[in-house]
Amino acid sequence: MHMHKLEKIWLILGISCLIIFLTTVGVSAFYLGNKPPSCLTTIDSEKVDTTKPFDKPGLHKVEGKEWDYELVYVASAFSYNPAKVEVPLGAKVKVIATTKDVIHGFEVAGTNINMMLEPGYVSEYTTTFDKAGEYLIVCNEYCGSGHHLMFSKIEVVK
Amino acid sequence: MANPELKTKQKTEIEDSSSLKGTFASVLFLGLFIIISWLSVYFLFVERF
Amino acid sequence: MINSYGAKAKVDPKDAKLSMAHFFVAFGALALGGLMGLLQTLVRSGKFELPLGIGYYQVLTAHGVLMGLVLTTFFIMGFQYAAVSRTAGTHSNAARTTGWVGFWLMTAGTLMSGTMILLNEASVLYTFYAPLQAHWIFYLGLTLVVVGSWVDGAAQIMTYAKWRRNNPGKPSPLLSFMAVINTVMWIVATIGVAATVLFQLLPWSLGLVDRVDVLVSRTLFWYFGHPLVYFWLLPAYMCWYAIIPKIIGGKIFSDSLARLSFILFLLFSIPVGFHHQLTEPGIDPAWKFFQVILTFMVVIPSLMTAFSLFATFERYGRGKGAKGLLGWFKVLPWNDARFIVPFIGMASFIPAGAGGIINASNQMDQVVHNTIWVTGHFHLTAATSVVLTFFGISYWLVPHLTGRKLTKAMNKLGIIQAWVWFIGMAFMSGAMHIQGLLGGPRRSAFSTYGDSQQALDWIPYQIAQAVGGTILFLGIILVVIIFINLAFFAPKGEEEFPVGEAENLDEKAPMVFENWKLWLGILTALILFAYTIPFIDIIQNAPPGSKGFKTW
Repeated sequence: MHMHKLEKIWLILGISCLIIFLTTVGVSAFYLGNKPPSCLTTIDSEKVDTTKPFDKPGLHKVEGKEWDYELVYVASAFSYNPAKVEVPLGAKVKVIATTKDVIHGFEVAGTNINMMLEPGYVSEYTTTFDKAGEYLIVCNEYCGSGHHLMFSKIEVVK
Repeated sequence: MANPELKTKQKTEIEDSSSLKGTFASVLFLGLFIIISWLSVYFLFVERF
Repeated sequence: MINSYGAKAKVDPKDAKLSMAHFFVAFGALALGGLMGLLQTLVRSGKFELPLGIGYYQVLTAHGVLMGLVLTTFFIMGFQYAAVSRTAGTHSNAARTTGWVGFWLMTAGTLMSGTMILLNEASVLYTFYAPLQAHWIFYLGLTLVVVGSWVDGAAQIMTYAKWRRNNPGKPSPLLSFMAVINTVMWIVATIGVAATVLFQLLPWSLGLVDRVDVLVSRTLFWYFGHPLVYFWLLPAYMCWYAIIPKIIGGKIFSDSLARLSFILFLLFSIPVGFHHQLTEPGIDPAWKFFQVILTFMVVIPSLMTAFSLFATFERYGRGKGAKGLLGWFKVLPWNDARFIVPFIGMASFIPAGAGGIINASNQMDQVVHNTIWVTGHFHLTAATSVVLTFFGISYWLVPHLTGRKLTKAMNKLGIIQAWVWFIGMAFMSGAMHIQGLLGGPRRSAFSTYGDSQQALDWIPYQIAQAVGGTILFLGIILVVIIFINLAFFAPKGEEEFPVGEAENLDEKAPMVFENWKLWLGILTALILFAYTIPFIDIIQNAPPGSKGFKTW
């Protein structure tokens, strides 16, 4: 089997480029803490309302943790609880969410907060809300006839 | 087995000197396109919270 | 000596009949599915509502199943069946009967699932994620489509095996080899979806079991879901590698490298399903990243393909006396639909591939996951690169099989069709990509989300998608006209089934490529390595299962 020398150069360049991409996202994920949401906590999806922290959805100030606030959401067809929250600008927030029924999406449009909510699992993502404005939370995984009516709002205020 | 291989070698050497410069330029353009698109979304990721 | 032994210049009429049967179902699905697609883009523009209480998500399910599962599987099986007949020799009666059994199983399954979608008993989209619970007949129908495709594929493998027995020590004809690689990849991949449907979703929808493990089901689905897209792509690559060179009057750049790239696709298409589950809970991020690395491996054969195709074109052009760096580009046969239609498909694969690398880049998926960017992405890969190549194939294959000619008028209409498609897709897919980056969700009917400013900003892009969707629907009308003409009305005659020859006939493909024990062994090892530990984790740490929901 023979390979043209320009093809060899092309493949070396191409593969190097792929390795650079992988290294960039790998270092960002595993050393800088930018892993995609991959929470391993499970929950009984039929007892969400009585399980902490989902018994009290909403924004809560916390002490002694790496983050300042916990923002808890309960999703069910076709709504999020809470329907609207205000988050102070610059707050480091752990978003914690789960679903009571089918699979839902949890995407804060225009941000990197984008995770799947699956029955039986808790989804988490920690980030610093460093840009003011109104953000729309949309369900981005099909959940039934009211899927496109499922949303919530976050206002990041000074 | 040895004989045809020898022949192949001679032939491919001739081929190697034939021009595939346009091909190389085309794939480099393609690579550049991939890099630019990837970087744009990467910077979007970095810039967003 | 290029593998011509056993090949016939013409596909046997008995084999042609079975291929054509596949194409009738495929193009029927295209016409119906295309109409559904048009309706979706119109609804999303906010200017149109579906009549008669038809649900948006019912239409969406029909579109996905018809286009993603029916059109593709039927076209691919019909094309590969003909390609094997052409290059490895006429199918035996046993193989042909097997093919027909497969065809009817797939057709029966399609009708069963289709009926349930029409009755609104299965508006679960073509990914049917549990715990959404469709009617059991929907799942049974899909099972028959998959099992039918195994039987159908077995016909190709039988004829390939016969060729190998009759030609010991010789590399098999390139097109047959490629067809069998794709069929084998399909069989290994569909084991995942068959497992979740047979062991989880069917018993659960029948009421035999109460609960289903959602993450196990999704993981099995995506074990299948990524090779599914390569199953669509590889027949297009078959055309680009082995047929286009003959159409333009050039040579295959390298027979061996073409085979190597197909082996790499076989190995690396499957153990990569986690890159569709990057933002999901319950899966360890280290295993996600491991599969991201394997996903990047599958880029390499596409890099090789890009080089080979350009090299074929350049060699041909320089042979014609073209000068300068890119002068060879001008002398390509731009007036031949058999060339230009797949060529537009190839060109579309440049942005499509770039988008794919972005999607697979671990945490970068958070920017685009389940946004309409993804829809834009696979309308470039599947709905442009793959489908335009399929159209280009059918423009010579259908008349070849029906004993007719591709007339000048139809050739011209084919070229117009491809440009219409390209323009429509530029609008639709382009707008989808941008709207996705702004956060617009996929798989959603029109909504202003409580008049949110962000959602209002998406609407102009949705209108652009409706414009694109309308143009694309015109493209579908054109392709259906061409198909019907070539199948029934074009003048009788001989249309060539082009099969390319390698540039260097002395360079025999290494026999190691035909060593199925070796490749299947490596494939199994890769799959076990990528999936065993995380899959055991998922099962061991499983939460209580989910009851079924019907939320539509």
